[in-house]
Amino acid sequence: MEIKLRDPKFLMKLSKLGSFHQSKLSFLRSFLKEFKDWKYNRDLFQLNDKGFGRAIYSFTKEKKTYSLICFANEIKDDERSDRVIATKWDAAFTLFDGIPTKEDVDRLSNNVPKQEVGRLSYKELTLSRANKSVRLFNHVVENLSKGQQPDKEFISKVGYLYRTTAVYGSGKFGLADRFRIKNRDEICGPFRLEMMLVYLVRQFTFDQVNHIAKSISPKNAVELDNNISRTLGIGNSTGLGMAPFIVNHPTLLNNWITARETVLKKIREIEKVSKNDLDIFYQCLIKSLKNITSWHTDSEFQKEKIKNLIFDLKKFIKFMKDEFKFENSYQFNNIYMWAEENLNDECIEYIVSMMMEPYDKIVDPLVSKMSSNEEKYFNIPVERTIEDLRNIIEKNYSEILKIDFSKEENNKNFWFISKNKEEPRIGDRYIDDGSNLEQPLAIARDIKKLYDIVFTKKNSSKIGKFLLDNNHLRHVVRRVFISEKCPYAEIQDNTIGSKLMPIDMLRLKLSFFGAIKFDPRSDKWLRICMFQGAPLPSELSNFDNYWMYN
Amino acid sequence: MRSYSEIETTIKRATKAKGFSWGISEEVGKNIRLLEMFGLPGLKNLNQYFKIYNISNFENIGEISSSNTAKGYYCPVLCGLNFYDQSPVILKFNEIEINKIAFPLIFLSFLSRASEIIGKRIFLKMDNKEFLFNFNESIYSNYLSGDILEKSDKINIKFLDNKNNFSEDDWLEMHKLSIKTYVEESEESKSRTAGAGLTDND
Repeated sequence: MEIKLRDPKFLMKLSKLGSFHQSKLSFLRSFLKEFKDWKYNRDLFQLNDKGFGRAIYSFTKEKKTYSLICFANEIKDDERSDRVIATKWDAAFTLFDGIPTKEDVDRLSNNVPKQEVGRLSYKELTLSRANKSVRLFNHVVENLSKGQQPDKEFISKVGYLYRTTAVYGSGKFGLADRFRIKNRDEICGPFRLEMMLVYLVRQFTFDQVNHIAKSISPKNAVELDNNISRTLGIGNSTGLGMAPFIVNHPTLLNNWITARETVLKKIREIEKVSKNDLDIFYQCLIKSLKNITSWHTDSEFQKEKIKNLIFDLKKFIKFMKDEFKFENSYQFNNIYMWAEENLNDECIEYIVSMMMEPYDKIVDPLVSKMSSNEEKYFNIPVERTIEDLRNIIEKNYSEILKIDFSKEENNKNFWFISKNKEEPRIGDRYIDDGSNLEQPLAIARDIKKLYDIVFTKKNSSKIGKFLLDNNHLRHVVRRVFISEKCPYAEIQDNTIGSKLMPIDMLRLKLSFFGAIKFDPRSDKWLRICMFQGAPLPSELSNFDNYWMYN
Repeated sequence: MRSYSEIETTIKRATKAKGFSWGISEEVGKNIRLLEMFGLPGLKNLNQYFKIYNISNFENIGEISSSNTAKGYYCPVLCGLNFYDQSPVILKFNEIEINKIAFPLIFLSFLSRASEIIGKRIFLKMDNKEFLFNFNESIYSNYLSGDILEKSDKINIKFLDNKNNFSEDDWLEMHKLSIKTYVEESEESKSRTAGAGLTDND
């Protein structure tokens, strides 16, 4: 039986994309798998009694080394801010390509703590900073120094000792350009170096609390238990800066979604699912309930989503117990079809993620296809015709063409770059100044404009000639031809309408990162947790593939 | 050192700020990155061009013919963009002459990309400076100065036929040498190769 890939017009709606969850394809999980046979080491640990100073951690294999350089700084409580406008952080980090010399570390000590106003070089790959979760950090240090382990419930509620507020890569602030490293096999998956940075930062946070506790009480202090360490991840505060990414990188978005959809299709096409594979799926699902029920948020929006997810999952479990017939063929297709008919998007996509768990053989080959050579798609095929352009628009953008942009509600927002921090922001077109400097993220509106013009042109006319008079729409002409080759490249929704929930765009990206515990603080930013439950670096050579659900 | 990614993003935004559309700005960002990677002073030239962009009336070239002359000076961005967009059509001209173009180095980046999409090398001569665009893989030139080129009064462009840079004799000599790595096959080996023993007319 051949199952079709899910229709982009149905799948690429923001509410659907905002219901995605982590899966085996997620970048933090594929990173751990790729680096499991690399040698981990703590190369330098020069912190004072209060935990301030430098540390270096590395992964090495054969002649390749990646080193995380950490700078832990003393800051006042009133200087600590998760907002991107902050200028000081508890710690700052960079991932160095190779083994840094003392000169490199000294140079970086003058730049990394300054973050956006510092300068990096082609030797550095990623840059980040993080702030302590002060309450939990102090609680852990205090308990360890008294010779006791911290309160597990408190640990579970917060989930991390530090949270990052940005992780930069790909040439920002002088960091290495992507082209310098793109051919390395070990980093063929997207964001792999960003994942490495966050993962090693997590270890630094454990070492730092152990070190401070021992400095306070050399005789009584104990080290944080590994079982507790494992339950801690790294938090992250994420705002609108992340949202335009998925619009600005259409071929990358396409490759992420295509990988996910291809896995789902192949799983649904399995005629005889083994009992063992079905058990893995079911056990992961049952165990994951613990994660969802321990998911704390003050957001009413998210509380409602979690409540519905738990309700739907219970309904699904009842279905599996009472109605599901294992002896029928195409078991996972039957499960999917039932979910489509009976559950909400949040739970459907949750189940889709869980279905991947037994199938390394299907998932693994697709991980390396999730990057994109974006240059390949940049050139507009100027020799194609207006008829081609119109046909593609009608085929790929039919949902978008239904939006009436003459209505104020459909034009409500505009995206701009903040002068203060050079970060994307969203404004109200009818209240705020600056819509004349709007970023090219209103794809639906501009596609509609393009269609209206194209409709009046001669079929046989060439695109090159059309552009002579219509270069104001060049950015969307490019996108239309990209969408021809990349069916999942476009969000099939209005990104400037009054009903826009930017948080859906953030969640889509974060689910591919492998984040859990989505905790929206508004419709424009949220906190998440990464690597919670993940093996420690010393355990990487032999870890449980299903650690996410332990 | 500024990364190429920073250069591309900043140029894209700066070009938009000068009043070009986002689509054109994306092209200019990509092209200046390209020039800088090839070691040509793209950013410096564009910066100078933008300084005078609003006080001078630069012209758009529109449809390109074999000979094109501006009354004042052509805008290198629009001229380059139109050359690139029309490149599959204007291939029919053996040679193209463009008279009076401002900041021609910016124009060159579009030719490099055009060379890739039409699959032909492009040769350009202005004054005593020569440039050979190799399918956007490289630019070969006798111009090594990092100076700003404010204008050119005459540019000649040729689309080069796809042909090798060596004679048939050179090829045969090389081929003769290469076959010295071959090994004579035994009769037994021949009888076991693909297709052996079967009729090819089945």
